[in-house]
Amino acid sequence: MTISLFIEQILNGLQFGVMLFLMSAGLTLVFGVMGLINLAHGSFYMIGAFAAALFAELTGSFMIAMIASFVAALFAGALTELIIIRKIYKRDHLDQVLATFALILLFSEGIRWIFGAYPLYLDIPNSLSSSFNLPFEIIYSKYRMMIILVGIIIAIILYFLISKTLIGIRIKAGQNDREMIGALGVDVTKLYTIVFSLGAALAGLAGALIGAIQSVEVGMGEPVLILAFVVIVIGGIGSIKGAFVGALLVGITDTMGRFLLPSFFSYFFDNASATSIGSSIASMSIYILMATVLIFKPSGLYGGKND
Amino acid sequence: MIKEEKLNLIILLVLFVIPFLAYLFNEPYLTTLTTKIVILSIAGIGLNFILGYGGLVSFGHAAFFGIGGYVTGILASHAQNSEQMFFFLQFDGSNQILFIWLISIIICSFIALLIGYFSLRTSGVYFIMITLAFAQMLYYFSISWPAYGGEDGLSIYVRNVFPFFNTMNPINFYFICFTWLLIFLTILKIILNSSFGLVLKACKENEERVKSIGINPFKIKLISFVFSGAITGLAGSLYTDLNRFVSPSVLSWQMSGEIMVLVILGGVARLYGPILGAVFYIILEQTLGGISENWQFWLGLIIILEVLYARAGIMSLFLKDSKS
Repeated sequence: MTISLFIEQILNGLQFGVMLFLMSAGLTLVFGVMGLINLAHGSFYMIGAFAAALFAELTGSFMIAMIASFVAALFAGALTELIIIRKIYKRDHLDQVLATFALILLFSEGIRWIFGAYPLYLDIPNSLSSSFNLPFEIIYSKYRMMIILVGIIIAIILYFLISKTLIGIRIKAGQNDREMIGALGVDVTKLYTIVFSLGAALAGLAGALIGAIQSVEVGMGEPVLILAFVVIVIGGIGSIKGAFVGALLVGITDTMGRFLLPSFFSYFFDNASATSIGSSIASMSIYILMATVLIFKPSGLYGGKND
Repeated sequence: MIKEEKLNLIILLVLFVIPFLAYLFNEPYLTTLTTKIVILSIAGIGLNFILGYGGLVSFGHAAFFGIGGYVTGILASHAQNSEQMFFFLQFDGSNQILFIWLISIIICSFIALLIGYFSLRTSGVYFIMITLAFAQMLYYFSISWPAYGGEDGLSIYVRNVFPFFNTMNPINFYFICFTWLLIFLTILKIILNSSFGLVLKACKENEERVKSIGINPFKIKLISFVFSGAITGLAGSLYTDLNRFVSPSVLSWQMSGEIMVLVILGGVARLYGPILGAVFYIILEQTLGGISENWQFWLGLIIILEVLYARAGIMSLFLKDSKS
């Protein structure tokens, strides 16, 4: 195993991690501020990817496609919040799980209705389709590098948004005491709509960015959604910092597990069974990580209260 | 508008009569469908025991449903091609359904003990997520483990053998499942009326008070979790025999969601709720599926309307003394 391959895998893990962060940021805020378990968050990821594929087809511009994904998911999020989600904030988790589970069915079938059952393809723009040469003879895809950069930039923007701006202060206050900020004259209903749609928009952007590497299809959001839940539970629900750390942990654990475990087991078993055992355990690794974190810190790495 | 006991009796009576009607009108498919309803009901009442009465929202019951299913599939497949099962043990599976049930229940209880032991340290949304994570772990394991079909699943061709009955006859198999439903309903009714059931319900209401009278709520919840897992696991075992096939989809989170949906649709914390939920779910699937390719869209819409406007579940629509 060469060092360059190793670093390349670390970068892949990082890319996977920042993408998970885009997905988890909204999820963790929506849970932290509104106390809502949103299973339908993966649907916004899917909507973003489909919007990007559609606009890339229409305009031929990758940039416009990315903006379209953000805007489409933003609107889908706002609409969902206004029509359905705001009615279930005060319900118990059970009702929320059921209603958002139903929303997944609505969105998935709705998209299948409009776009058909076949996957769409979104191409990487020509300017980013080549590779970089990095030190240590590492060759790395420009596009994946761009995803890492976009993810980090958004993480920094979110950090400033939460810690330095008025809306960020309101979001944090909302996590601590919803009644009180309402009494202080903050329009809580509007705040909720903004947080929910912003989270949806970030998920949509993540879907579009990944859609260019993988295919754009119905049901693409749910596997990522489950990973995002793992991320926010590891990081501690409601914490953006936790989501960032959790996302990188999950991204790197998953990628490195798939990369290292098969060769690790080949010291003990023959090659074929080492590959199958290694990949079986690698696919479970992040869930093992999550269970371990929860056993030692029942409310996640940066989580405050348990619930 | 009737009393709950009466409604329960009607539900059982209808379930009892349907396969005979199906036989009379020569519609064997209806019997298979009703068998599916009964099996999903068993899985549902297993979940409802902890979700409805104990307030433990497990989003990972597919783990038990799937393990029960895979234990059945694996034992049967070894018996059929008489391959030795473990390299250290002279054992080549079994196709005796009674034995398979026993093993399924034992293994599911053991897995539930493990999952419960770790998950029950958390509560609220963390509990939902950690149970989901355990189920996902098993799901991905089943996909990437090639020995038993991996992603393609495992076929067992013929149903396992029950003494004196031919299980390949749909009506015989139906009544085996129906008997299990009756057995679990009876056991659960006894448990829920016992002091144990009372403490479990008390854990849902106020855990601190349970502690203050000297009872360890963790123990109560763990025992209930194991019991619930065993019931759902047995349902999974029956499901494999019904389809003569098991695949990773029985371990998927959609399966957990489906079991949960039918519990909530029927009415949480009502013993017969999941049965009505399963009936309603399968009817929807069949009728909507016949009308439109995108039947799940309409299913989603109906569930949302149900959550927003008919919160107590379908059971309550029929009942006079609706609990609020």
